[in-house]
Amino acid sequence: MSWVGSSVPRVEDPALLSGRGKFIDDFHLPDMLHAAVVRSPYAHAKVGKIDCAEALAMPGVHAVLTQDDLPQPFRDQRLLLLVPNPAIRHPITYFALAKDEVCFAGEAVAFVVADDRYIAEDAAERVIVDYEPLPVSADCKAALEPGAATAHADRDDNIAADFPMTYGDVEDAFAGAAHVVKESFFTHRGGGHAMECRGVVAADDPVTDSMTLWSNTQAPHMLRNVYARMMGVSETQIRVIAPPDVGGGFGPKGMYYQEQFCAAAAARQLGRPVKWTEDRRENFIATYQERDQYWDMEVAVDGDGKLRGIRGRLIHDSGAYLPWGIITPFISSTTIPGPYVLPAYHINLVAVFTNKVATTPVRGAGRPQAAFVMERLMDRVAQELGIDPAEVRRRNFIQPEQMPYPVGLVFRDGSPVVYDSGDYPVCQAKSLALANYESFRERQAAARKDGRYIGIGLGSYVEGTGLGPFEGVNVKVEMSGKVAVQTGAAPQGQGHQTMLAQIVADRLSVKPEDVSVTPGDTAGVGIGIGTFASRITANAGPSAQMAANTVREKLVKAAAHLLEAAEEDLDLADGKVFVKGVPDHGKSFAEIATFTNGMPGFALPGGVIPGLEETSYFTPERSTYANGAHVAEVEVDIETGDVKILRYTTAHDCGSMINPKMVEGQVMGGIAHGVGNALYEWMHYDEDAQPQTVNFGEYLVPMATDVPRAQQVHMETPTPLNPLGVKGAGEGGTIPALAAIAGAIEDALAPFGVRVTQCPVTPPYLLSLLDAARKEAKS
Amino acid sequence: MGERREIQLTVNGEAVSREVEVRWTLVDFLRHELMLTGTHVGCEHGVCGACTVLLDGRSARSCLTLAVQADGCDVTTIEGLSPKEGLSPLQQAFADHHGLQCGYCTPGVLCTLTEFLETNADPSEEEIRIALSGNLCRCTGYQGMVDAALAYVAARKSQLA
Ligand code: FES
Ligand code: FES
Repeated sequence: MSWVGSSVPRVEDPALLSGRGKFIDDFHLPDMLHAAVVRSPYAHAKVGKIDCAEALAMPGVHAVLTQDDLPQPFRDQRLLLLVPNPAIRHPITYFALAKDEVCFAGEAVAFVVADDRYIAEDAAERVIVDYEPLPVSADCKAALEPGAATAHADRDDNIAADFPMTYGDVEDAFAGAAHVVKESFFTHRGGGHAMECRGVVAADDPVTDSMTLWSNTQAPHMLRNVYARMMGVSETQIRVIAPPDVGGGFGPKGMYYQEQFCAAAAARQLGRPVKWTEDRRENFIATYQERDQYWDMEVAVDGDGKLRGIRGRLIHDSGAYLPWGIITPFISSTTIPGPYVLPAYHINLVAVFTNKVATTPVRGAGRPQAAFVMERLMDRVAQELGIDPAEVRRRNFIQPEQMPYPVGLVFRDGSPVVYDSGDYPVCQAKSLALANYESFRERQAAARKDGRYIGIGLGSYVEGTGLGPFEGVNVKVEMSGKVAVQTGAAPQGQGHQTMLAQIVADRLSVKPEDVSVTPGDTAGVGIGIGTFASRITANAGPSAQMAANTVREKLVKAAAHLLEAAEEDLDLADGKVFVKGVPDHGKSFAEIATFTNGMPGFALPGGVIPGLEETSYFTPERSTYANGAHVAEVEVDIETGDVKILRYTTAHDCGSMINPKMVEGQVMGGIAHGVGNALYEWMHYDEDAQPQTVNFGEYLVPMATDVPRAQQVHMETPTPLNPLGVKGAGEGGTIPALAAIAGAIEDALAPFGVRVTQCPVTPPYLLSLLDAARKEAKS
Repeated sequence: MGERREIQLTVNGEAVSREVEVRWTLVDFLRHELMLTGTHVGCEHGVCGACTVLLDGRSARSCLTLAVQADGCDVTTIEGLSPKEGLSPLQQAFADHHGLQCGYCTPGVLCTLTEFLETNADPSEEEIRIALSGNLCRCTGYQGMVDAALAYVAARKSQLA
């Protein structure tokens, strides 16, 4: 039988269920010290003198690091930008500690190290910093006005990047259109808000002159590379290890942060390990978010509702720095065409500096906003033409026979956006059937008779997943006979260990529980990229398969020698290689591994390759596109603006599934995040760019009573782009949820003629829409 | 260094007596003094439920409880709810129904459910969701853990029948 494709129990679960997980804050190293961060209370200010005397005099305080105390490279240089883009005008990234100027409330200014965290926090309060407040850029749209305050004192304006994206003849598309529909949207997303905040433990080894950083990062190799490059040390002198258990990532843990470099500097300076664990307030103010986008969009269609072209402008809030370039708005812009035949498209993308924490991808990475905008436009077209919303979409879907389908755009990896496979019409049909879409209008009419406002909304999407360039996997049969797998990719709860164990177990004819997977260690695999963009299964998965195939060949070759049998006469099972049909005539993995490891001074027999080990790097040619369709049914309380999701259905296609239950879990978790983005999550700042929602009482993430039970149906259209046929599954649950829920709300309130153009659709926003609609009806 | 006081309590069935700083939270005491790191910290302001433990059998936020307040109490953490070998029936139900992903919220969720299921023989899905509404989970969308609790209840009922 094959393990791939079956919902095997997760190898991660037993430890996690019994409190034996190993998360970053669970690390207790001998002699370890604890850090707290002094953060700017101002959104924008000049930093003057920093007086650490009082803090340093406190018993138990070991050091207070400011900019001047950092190793030289961090005093002159900002942290490296790993994803440059020629469109970026000002590639401004963070300093490891603020230098002369702070550009958002929460920026790290000093790093206090003490015997324990309590003392470190007390001391942090006693670090006295002279600030001279500067004018503030608080809103990305207002920041574009002439004369607006600049987010960085030495810049003339707030434009981080400004460039068009275009294909087809948009002028012509609009000139010849039967209908043109125009709408402006405001989309807001909060953050990732993994239940575990960020953390780092740094330990310097003066004997080998090397640094070890344990951190719950999504990208250990990236952190290692930046550290090595900035410090000018060899990659062998810095090892980054993501703990085996990380309490959720969702994007923001993918980038590197000020505190990781500060902890390393402190550990080196003090000669003792240093731990910093972010608290939740810090997570709200200093961990990257996604936040605001303003969209002005226009769509041109034929008389029968077929798309002719779309044009518009996107203003994106970049925050104070660009640690991850302009990837989020770039992805937003390239997501607009979605699953539809869109002959012409032009968008102007403006990324804007504000005095807020930087924005970088959060689960969905700019796509949920784009899907919201595109699907709202499709609903507008349906309204304008008096066609059913599902039918408008049907008329525009790319057909399966058009695959592979070149959209006309260039994706962020520089390759053309080409959808590889998928059957969008069937996917939609499946979601509609599951949702009983056909009978909805009767349900709605009955509800309205009872004074209840229910509505239905649709969200179809296409998602670029499995971005390259590679993610390496090392497979090894150890001398004990155990199968060990290492990968640089760090998991955050997705079940990567199980997924890789399934693939390797198949190739080596063992059970998944016999394969031990160690992820997230830069010493495990030489080079690596990281866990984001729903890329691990589609990159590391095929690498694991390739490496395991080679190890299998090595096993067979060596066993053939030991058994004096022909390779083609051998078979594998239960950790043994044996002569087909004669299971007793065989050698165990342990025996073969011991043999191939050789004996000191003795030559290996001809043809036998040393060791049973292989590292493979599968390199996908380009992204593979997953797709799906969501249907939301909601009820709106017109008195309170409260929205209840009555029913939620999805059809989802991420190619071949390695572990269907884990895919379902990914989709369900993604939906929950989408529900939060659609209804609740708002990272609020006031007009001085002071964060106002800094705890889970003020910033609402969905609870068990908010998230509906979702019904899922899965299609499996394998991608031709990797040997497993797999696509990413981590973000598809989130991407269309905002669109579907917003559409359902608007549909529920159709009697009032309300138009939902903002996300999240909060009760105050809904009540303001209802109020306006009632006033208009009166006048 | 803050004021210190001696406390005596039972943790997972074992008598513990320690000197603690009066300002230490119970969760910091459990995690960093007793090295019981199964109890997690998600917010330190009483909303997320990651730090939930059982205090004299009742679920409690160990981030909002001071260690000194647990003096004389009986504390049970996830370590205490776990058998030496294998999994408890509720834990097994979580594994069977994919009730966890990153597992960070899980110990708190299991503590909450332990108390809830002891006092509720046959809860509905709605009641389970309300019981879980004080435990935030960012990964699962809750469905797996609700299914796990329902399956556990069904199995327990059929055993009693
Ligand atoms: S850590 Fe105690 S409730 Fe969140
Ligand atoms: S499983 Fe990750 S927070 Fe619940």
